[in-house]
Amino acid sequence: MNAPTKSESTVLHSALRYKLAALVGAENVRPASAADAVAGVQTKLVVSPGTETELAEILRLFNEAGFAVIPRGNGTKLGWGNPPSRADIILSTARLNKIIEHAWADLTVSVGAGCIVQQLQETLAQHGQRLAIDPLWPDKATVGGILSTNDSGALRLRFGALRDLIIGVTIALPDGTLASSGGRVVKNVAGYDLPKLITGAFGTLGVITRAVFRLHPLPHHSRSLSISTAQPKETEKCILAIQNSKLAHTSLQSHFSDETSPVSDILFEGTEAGLAAQESQLRNLVAPASVSEASSSAWTAREELWNFHDPQTTAIAKISILPANLASTIQRIDVSVRLHHLRWRTLIYATGIGWLRLVCQAPASGDTVERSRTAPVQLRGALQLLRTELENQGGSLVVLHAPEKMPAFDAWGDAGDALPLMKSVKHRLDPKNTLNPGRFVGGI
Amino acid sequence: MDIRTLNEFRTILGDRGCISSPEELHTYECDGLTNFRVMPRAVLLPISAEQVQAIVRICHRERIPFVARGSGTGLSGGALPVQNGIVISLARMNRILEIDFPNARAVVEPGVINLDVTGRVAPEEYFYAPDPSSQSVCSIGGNVAENSGGAHCLKYGFTTTHVLGLEVVLPEGSLIHLGGKTLDTPGYDLAGVFVGSEGTLGIATKIILRIVKRPECIRTLLAAFPSTNEAGAAVSGIIAAGMLPAAIEMMDNLAIQAAEAAVHPNYPNCGGLLLVELDGPVAEVESLMIHVDEICRSKGASEIRMAQSDAERALFWKGRKSAFAAVGRISPNYIVQDGVIPRTALPQVMDEIARLSQEAGLRVANVFHAGDGNLHPLVLYDRRIAGQEKAAEALSYKILELCIAAGGSITGEHGVGEEKKSMMSKMFAEPDLDTMQRVRCAFDPFHLSNPTKIFPRPRLCGETPGEYTPHPLENAGIAERF
Repeated sequence: MNAPTKSESTVLHSALRYKLAALVGAENVRPASAADAVAGVQTKLVVSPGTETELAEILRLFNEAGFAVIPRGNGTKLGWGNPPSRADIILSTARLNKIIEHAWADLTVSVGAGCIVQQLQETLAQHGQRLAIDPLWPDKATVGGILSTNDSGALRLRFGALRDLIIGVTIALPDGTLASSGGRVVKNVAGYDLPKLITGAFGTLGVITRAVFRLHPLPHHSRSLSISTAQPKETEKCILAIQNSKLAHTSLQSHFSDETSPVSDILFEGTEAGLAAQESQLRNLVAPASVSEASSSAWTAREELWNFHDPQTTAIAKISILPANLASTIQRIDVSVRLHHLRWRTLIYATGIGWLRLVCQAPASGDTVERSRTAPVQLRGALQLLRTELENQGGSLVVLHAPEKMPAFDAWGDAGDALPLMKSVKHRLDPKNTLNPGRFVGGI
Repeated sequence: MDIRTLNEFRTILGDRGCISSPEELHTYECDGLTNFRVMPRAVLLPISAEQVQAIVRICHRERIPFVARGSGTGLSGGALPVQNGIVISLARMNRILEIDFPNARAVVEPGVINLDVTGRVAPEEYFYAPDPSSQSVCSIGGNVAENSGGAHCLKYGFTTTHVLGLEVVLPEGSLIHLGGKTLDTPGYDLAGVFVGSEGTLGIATKIILRIVKRPECIRTLLAAFPSTNEAGAAVSGIIAAGMLPAAIEMMDNLAIQAAEAAVHPNYPNCGGLLLVELDGPVAEVESLMIHVDEICRSKGASEIRMAQSDAERALFWKGRKSAFAAVGRISPNYIVQDGVIPRTALPQVMDEIARLSQEAGLRVANVFHAGDGNLHPLVLYDRRIAGQEKAAEALSYKILELCIAAGGSITGEHGVGEEKKSMMSKMFAEPDLDTMQRVRCAFDPFHLSNPTKIFPRPRLCGETPGEYTPHPLENAGIAERF
């Protein structure tokens, strides 16, 4: 079924708006503004249902009417993925923001998709607990948003990613089905693990309305240390030695750039006695590299990468490599990027997940017009080259931010031989291609 | 299935790889759940992914249902054959293909025995973390199907945490790769869906595992309490203190007696026994262990022992890990259940189990993974007494209903299989199950891969849920843009 033509769309529009207002209240339906555009595609309407059943019913109506629906939490990562092929409606989960149950004695929490991560963490902290994940912009990002984009940070090394922390999910499907899977207990193998399917699915299969997570205790004490090395090869040696040791570190990450020598940060959590013992073991392990107290911004370095001046001359990518290919990856980045006359900076976790920022250098002439014309082409060239090289090594490169004027470039790269199966899963759950059309891998 | 098809299988696999005589087939008519039995039409033993693919293609062409089988130790009837179907045993695909220490990965075939992975990586002080009690005989392929847990998954996670990638033969015969050696491969997390799908989505032919460095030290404490209630209170105390032990196990008096009779672990005779294991850096573990000791005493522990040697630690665990079999010493027959409850519901659920047990006139021994609320009630009965088997089954299902009512699950690690599929509609609503089956239809539209398991009613996949719209980018030829 094709998208409605313009006149059809207008008719459906007014009929639908009437129904919608009756369903969720007129104050929760509004025309979209320019700020509601999605990766350059202008949407028409923003709807904010107040309950899960309202959301499911609205989704069903739009699906029947043939409108494309973009689920949105707080929109912090709405630019990630490919631009939608169609985008009519923003379906906001902002009002589904309740912490439904913090079963602190059972170390679980059930929470609405629209809840802001930091608000959740503050509630959990009242009982000395946390959701052991460190996403980008926790003061703005929602639970549904971090799940859909599978956003994990440095804590992943010890606690796993969201896929390892989510134990239950409720989703609304385009046909209006409201389906739960998993449950409220940590250990549970009854039925398919749909929480994992929906994590990182970019809202293309269903709209997450609530999630249940397992929790971890907040640490009593923690210590962050930095290891300075001269060369990426030396950094790699330290990282691998730490990973192959019996240290029980929580996080381990390395910073590289074209202008500074590598620095690695390590986080220990536990008892005072345990921390002191581990620090001295670490010093012995990485000697002669120097160990010092880490800077207070060490664990927000990922957000720092996103603090760039000019979106039109910058690209950000998430890369995934084998942990032991650290030094060779840095070399590949350096060569590919220099070839395209760009500056680079990267943060790579010991898990092999990394974040890369490429920036187009100002030309010697200082011609900014010229720069904004050539930058997208140079960035695209570097990203393409680097993706090919990483994919050849079994890794991946996903573009999260690129200049608007960058020539068309798939955000995802190769989805491998499982792509037909992925399309089949998509078709079974969203046969009319209503949700986030075109944003995901292989045109899904 | 006709003789021609059977001969076709034989041509692919040779005589050694194809079992069809009734006396040999008996071995395969059930798995670890022996009260369900179905005779398969044939058992095929491929030695490569290509052979699995060739077999599955024939099954697809002829619409022959198939059931994959590892070591057959499953406790929910997941490997129970299907009437007129074939069993594909992966037992001969048992090679460890690659160990990559710098990246902490192992690549194995599905027939590899769980403990053999640890055996191979132990010299470099690594281990494979999921440790179901059957780990010396169960296969990695079976673990993948069931998303097996074990005592140490409280800290280390389940099989799904440790599977990074899979090579899979889909039910229509294509060979695909899910996940990989690196994390977050682009696309849906279908490896996450496949693990724990109980053989209903295809057959894994290669598995990429994560291996874990051994902790600096392991300390195990055993504490005796007057009843499971005090033991449960100690567990809550440990969790509330912000600790995440490697394992917390609990046994009640009947389970202790059984273990004592079978393997003589020299457990104290008490109402509730707790095993608490901490691991990590020495300084960390020793200071926390003092705290665990204090908590246990404050909750009424009458006796506390710390394992003084690896041998003593092994003995502590031997009693626990052999508990199921040990129950055979005190009862001719028993049913093992696998319900999960929120840990805080333990006292009330235990009281209810005791009441139900009395009502039915059947003894129930209890062994738990107490840290995560996973109960293993063992319902004891005597098959020779008319009506007892039925009564025992009824009691075990009532216990699962208790778990559901408490907000828990019908299975924590054994799987739904054949045994508990009728309970699925008590735990999930129709739309929940229907959504899962839509995913299944994407993998297996003709219901050939272990078709009768998990779901109480199969969903027909034939009716397409709407008209297929090719994505505009597909039409536009996005491939050119790569």
